[in-house]
Amino acid sequence: MSVTATIRIQEADFDVGREIAALSKGRTDVGAVVSFSGICRGDDNGEAIAALTLEHYPGMAEAEIGRHADEALSRWPLQGLTVIHRFGRIAPGENIVLVVTASSHRQAAFEAAEFLMDYLKTNAPFWKREESREGASWIEAREHDDAAAARWTKS
Amino acid sequence: MKVKYFAWVRERVGLAEETVEPPADVRTVNDLIGWLSSRGESYAYAFEKPKVIRAAIDHSHVKPDAAISGAREIAFFPPMTGG
Repeated sequence: MSVTATIRIQEADFDVGREIAALSKGRTDVGAVVSFSGICRGDDNGEAIAALTLEHYPGMAEAEIGRHADEALSRWPLQGLTVIHRFGRIAPGENIVLVVTASSHRQAAFEAAEFLMDYLKTNAPFWKREESREGASWIEAREHDDAAAARWTKS
Repeated sequence: MKVKYFAWVRERVGLAEETVEPPADVRTVNDLIGWLSSRGESYAYAFEKPKVIRAAIDHSHVKPDAAISGAREIAFFPPMTGG
């Protein structure tokens, strides 16, 4: 059975419960669903954040996430995979990103979700701009995110 | 070829995209960064730390030594901070 990933890049919010149900409802072959939601925090190192604005590269964002989704499907026995990434202005408490993986057993679902999130952080063409009382500034990439992605590289 | 800029690279250049025709001796992504940097202060500012700049050719990440011949769209941007 061939599984196709659902990938959406959108400005609108999404419903986590509905996306989980879409991968598992009415099925008896799915034994595990893992979902990761990335949510906008209200502070960064103690400094209050009014909102984030996410810029993205239309076309490449879909292509890049699609390549990593295909890799996840080839590396783990998944029965379903959904990735949603929002762009535009996002307020604290709102959803930013969602990865949902469905598999017969939990290990594949956990690992594939973590793999995808690590790669999304470092390879998906999105950039966060943070608004605070000091003004707006681009968030800098963090080295530990690169290290997290590198551990999935097959030697 | 079309060149696109994102995030602070876009802000520093002052453009989201443009069409350029670099000379024939501009063969790699790194060459293109050098050539763009010579076009004015805004470009020189955007590319002042070339090692920080990431590039993509036709929607795929590439290294600085990647050849640009045949590219339809080249993009320059800072390290990504999505997710």
